[in-house]
Amino acid sequence: MSTLGSKVQQVFNEPGCATNQAKKSLDRKKGCNRVLAPGAAAGGCAFDGAKIALQPITDVVHLIHGPINCEGHSWDGRGAKSSGSSLYRTSFTTAMNEQDIIFGGEKHLYQSIKEAVRKYNPPAVFVYQTCVPAMIGDDLEAVCKAAAKKLGKPVIPINVPGFVGSKNLGNKLAGEALLDYVIGTEEPEKTTPYDINIIGEYNLSGELWQVKPLLDELGIRILACISGDAKYHEVARSHRARAAMMVCSKAMINVARKMEERYGIPYFEGSFYGIGDTSDSLRRIAQLLVERGAPAELLDRTEAVIEREEARAWGRIAPFKARLAGKRALLFTGGVKSWSVVAAMQEAGLTVIGTSVKKSTPDDKERIKEIMKEDAHMFDDLKPREMYKMLKEAQADIMLSGGRTQFVALKAKMPWLDINQERHHAYAGYEGMVALVSEISKALSNPIWEQIRKPAPWEFDITRNELSIHVA
Amino acid sequence: MARVTISDKYCTVNPLKMSASIGAALAFMGVDNSMPLLHGSQGCTSFGLVLFVRHFREAIPMQTTALSEVATVLGGFDNLEQALLNIAERTHPTLIGICTTGISEIKGDDLTGFLKLIRAKHPKLDGISLVDVSTPDFQGAFQDGWAAAVTRMIEELVEIPRSDARLSRRVNILPGCHITPGDIDELRDIFEAFSLDPVFLPDLSGSLDGHIPTEFTSTTLGGISVEQIKRMGSACWTVAIGEQMRGAAITLEHHTGIPYKLFGRLTGLAANDELMGFLSEISGVPVPRKYRRQRGQLIDAMMDGHFYFGGKRVAIAAEPDLLFAMSHWLHEMGCEIQAAVTTEQSPVLESIPVDEVLLGDLEDLEQRAVGADLIVTHSHGRQAAERLHIPLFRIGIPNFDRLGAGQQVTVGYRGTRDLIFDIGNLLVADAHEPTPETWMPRIRPPQDLVTLQ
Repeated sequence: MSTLGSKVQQVFNEPGCATNQAKKSLDRKKGCNRVLAPGAAAGGCAFDGAKIALQPITDVVHLIHGPINCEGHSWDGRGAKSSGSSLYRTSFTTAMNEQDIIFGGEKHLYQSIKEAVRKYNPPAVFVYQTCVPAMIGDDLEAVCKAAAKKLGKPVIPINVPGFVGSKNLGNKLAGEALLDYVIGTEEPEKTTPYDINIIGEYNLSGELWQVKPLLDELGIRILACISGDAKYHEVARSHRARAAMMVCSKAMINVARKMEERYGIPYFEGSFYGIGDTSDSLRRIAQLLVERGAPAELLDRTEAVIEREEARAWGRIAPFKARLAGKRALLFTGGVKSWSVVAAMQEAGLTVIGTSVKKSTPDDKERIKEIMKEDAHMFDDLKPREMYKMLKEAQADIMLSGGRTQFVALKAKMPWLDINQERHHAYAGYEGMVALVSEISKALSNPIWEQIRKPAPWEFDITRNELSIHVA
Repeated sequence: MARVTISDKYCTVNPLKMSASIGAALAFMGVDNSMPLLHGSQGCTSFGLVLFVRHFREAIPMQTTALSEVATVLGGFDNLEQALLNIAERTHPTLIGICTTGISEIKGDDLTGFLKLIRAKHPKLDGISLVDVSTPDFQGAFQDGWAAAVTRMIEELVEIPRSDARLSRRVNILPGCHITPGDIDELRDIFEAFSLDPVFLPDLSGSLDGHIPTEFTSTTLGGISVEQIKRMGSACWTVAIGEQMRGAAITLEHHTGIPYKLFGRLTGLAANDELMGFLSEISGVPVPRKYRRQRGQLIDAMMDGHFYFGGKRVAIAAEPDLLFAMSHWLHEMGCEIQAAVTTEQSPVLESIPVDEVLLGDLEDLEQRAVGADLIVTHSHGRQAAERLHIPLFRIGIPNFDRLGAGQQVTVGYRGTRDLIFDIGNLLVADAHEPTPETWMPRIRPPQDLVTLQ
């Protein structure tokens, strides 16, 4: 546990993280782990976070060492897409039983790794430690080391028992495992001046593919995406990239910063959500590559693509304006996504009446204020009951949020759109913003809303020939 | 009949099983204004919650004691105390159902002792029923947790009747976890048609049936009330559905003296004939006309459907009671059970009409399903079905990629009839059109062979 403890400390003290650096040194040591309130907590554990971060690597065996609570309820549940192998959608777990608890689970784990390799022959095995084996003292690193030696394949220990902290911490610990065991262990066959890494992009609903064609057109090669639609060898060879973009800033900042430190790969923080943000990100990628020696004409070609794509996207969003003008939206999502999505929604004529800032940094909040001006209504935490009241009283016309609050909106008979990880639509890049606006329009204009808000026949006051209740 | 074997694999691949912890949590969701609480790390709750949200497409009340590394080592008393106080203050529940997990069980937290101390210390919890249940996730599976939670509710809440006076029409019904909200509605109609007054423990039809409430609550939106549970001792009969509920029925009998009748399943003609006979007998009411007609409709559907079911090979993976119901009924429709995979031991397994019942996972099912005409399991069977090009009938939890999981009805004459249509249509749609080579593969000239390869 002591090594894990020091790892957690190290991850918390992240010099690349602005929030962390703004703290006093004592607070910095405490880390950014929110103290979880028993009986009032929501969200996943560190193991959950690690799996979210790594499971998009498509061709490896992801083996979960723990009892059935850890893997049995969540496998094949996320929408990370693959252009090749589907092995990442196959679930592997030791499903520990009472015997393992009494005698220790190390043998069971070792045999499981062996069995998985024999049957599925993956380029590597990722083994996740959970609470129960951590409690009984199963030595994950030792088993992985022994298995790797015996099987002649990388067996990567990912030490993330759920009780060490939040999902976000798990994201980072997963990144540490890649840094310690995977990145830099193989050499690419060839490199080009146009090689980049994209870090913290998971290819949910295929979002990477909304952006990749533009990079392809510019001749920019994604050496590795960590971890959306990634193959093991790509991640292992990612240390030869010329530049990197870090997408979901809070999740894998340690990976981007340490790769800069170790391999001299400069990175920037960007987003593919929103039209302006996508353009900025493409620009920054081109700039960084040129700074690292790529021909300067890349900049001009990039500008040309940006100009063309922006015009096309705005042109496709324009027809929605008439329908969406004046509609009020409530936005509940984490971190960066807030402000970048707000801009696109405003462009489509929507008024964003409020947004959550629970996961946003002070910087994010400033930007939201700037974009939303006096309309800005920022919620740190809105209880479901209050959210329901807001929607019921029709202070908004549509809510955009994650699955957790879906039914608060729907039970208030209010249009709702999923913009979190489980969503079925891809919203990245120029294509994605057009899709988002189109989905909002579809949700708002669906004829069901008018029908279901009408009162039931028994709510009709016959004697007065009028409705006895009023529906917003 | 069947041999029950245990998979000799080390590594579980594509689990069929879910934990006892969340099985118990779902049982508590069948009680009005309740809050299930998992005593474990917050991931234990979060994974289960997301699973139920995707299955029922409803908001799911479920909380966690959020055990940290330190609390895991030093014991979870403080976390449990704080969780109960927080839940009481924020959501004002009538019942909090506390389910353990692997973590708290290994540490050895004494929940019964903890609750005594907490009760003594905090009189403000007096109005809230607290029921704890031991559900380590390294032991048993979903239906075991469900059954254990129901048994514990009976032990903790049902009052011993003061007199022998019974409500002559009242019947307690203890449904297994494979009985959906839609099934419960169907059963309620059936019992009421015999002028009986059924009370379901748990009653998911009140909480997870998809109704639109007038107010938003963070606890369950309906279900059996704690007051109704307390008065279960005043019923004349207890009906248990599924072998998993036998323990709970016996506990209720010991507690209150109420006799019980267990139905292993309520899918199929004979099973429902037995139900109708039993209800008529205990109620003194002849079988209503409606059900006589429904019986005829079922018989007609059996005749219409048997062309498609007869001789079909089916691979099934489900928890024991659901496996029992589906495999016997499909066998009665003329199907051959090619493979049966389940999660845990149960007395019903040996009777299943198949050579071998395997305690295994969906990888085992996939291997044994090769050449089958139909796969029957929960949504996670979709990958195997795709790879093998075999139609999949989704049943059980989780069903996250089709609509209406909570309203899937498989009980009663009508439920059985509709099941014939649903599965029959899958088989009809999968019928292969004959080609000139279907019966007599043509011997091709050599050049054809070359282009083929």
